[in-house]
Amino acid sequence: MSDFRIQSVALASETERQALASPTCGGFVSFEGWVRNLNEGQEVRRLEYQAYEALALKEGSRIIAEAAEKYPIEQAVCVHRVGELEIGDLAVWVGVSAGHRDEAFKACRYIIDEVKHRVPIWKKEHYVSGDSGWVNCEQCATHAHDHAANAAD
Amino acid sequence: MHSLRRFMKTIKIEYFAILRERAGMAGESLLTEAATPAELYAELAEKHGFPAFESVKVAINDEFGDWNAALHDADSVVFIPPVAGG
Repeated sequence: MSDFRIQSVALASETERQALASPTCGGFVSFEGWVRNLNEGQEVRRLEYQAYEALALKEGSRIIAEAAEKYPIEQAVCVHRVGELEIGDLAVWVGVSAGHRDEAFKACRYIIDEVKHRVPIWKKEHYVSGDSGWVNCEQCATHAHDHAANAAD
Repeated sequence: MHSLRRFMKTIKIEYFAILRERAGMAGESLLTEAATPAELYAELAEKHGFPAFESVKVAINDEFGDWNAALHDADSVVFIPPVAGG
């Protein structure tokens, strides 16, 4: 099974955790990203994740490989959801097992930070107000649009 | 620098997120003279009313690519607006 996966069905953190169990590991660290009901002052009703899967899988696996290169860990796995998610749902799970805790913490942090910035996955928020928007896209698009409108400057 | 030779080619384009909504389709095959992803994006921005993102990336044949790389017939291209995983 690959170390970076994308799935449209619910994440089972306990199953993922057990798959990393090892007699040579003294430490295990996991991170769970949950769907929150508030973002930048707007009440969120539900979320939708979309992935460019062919490239997301490659980039995700590269991140895991980088973490294993930087820190002496035994195993690392990251699973990301796509599709429709409700408040409280598990959106992303990262698990790292290692001989000792320090490298497990560091590698887990590295993986989630890089995944958020590099893997082509997008999040659409549906707000209680009835509005919706692609996170990080709408504002910068509006901004760019304003630039375009003033392009004659 | 030599200017890139112009010739017609068919490019397969896949859309995601905000670009999929603006284009109203998940993808298309386009017969184009665009020599680079930068030229292709300009052509599509006009066709579909795409925004002029400051930080959009491009993938060619499912790997991150350069905006000024030469496009070849049958290449597949994906424009990547700012991501928001996690």
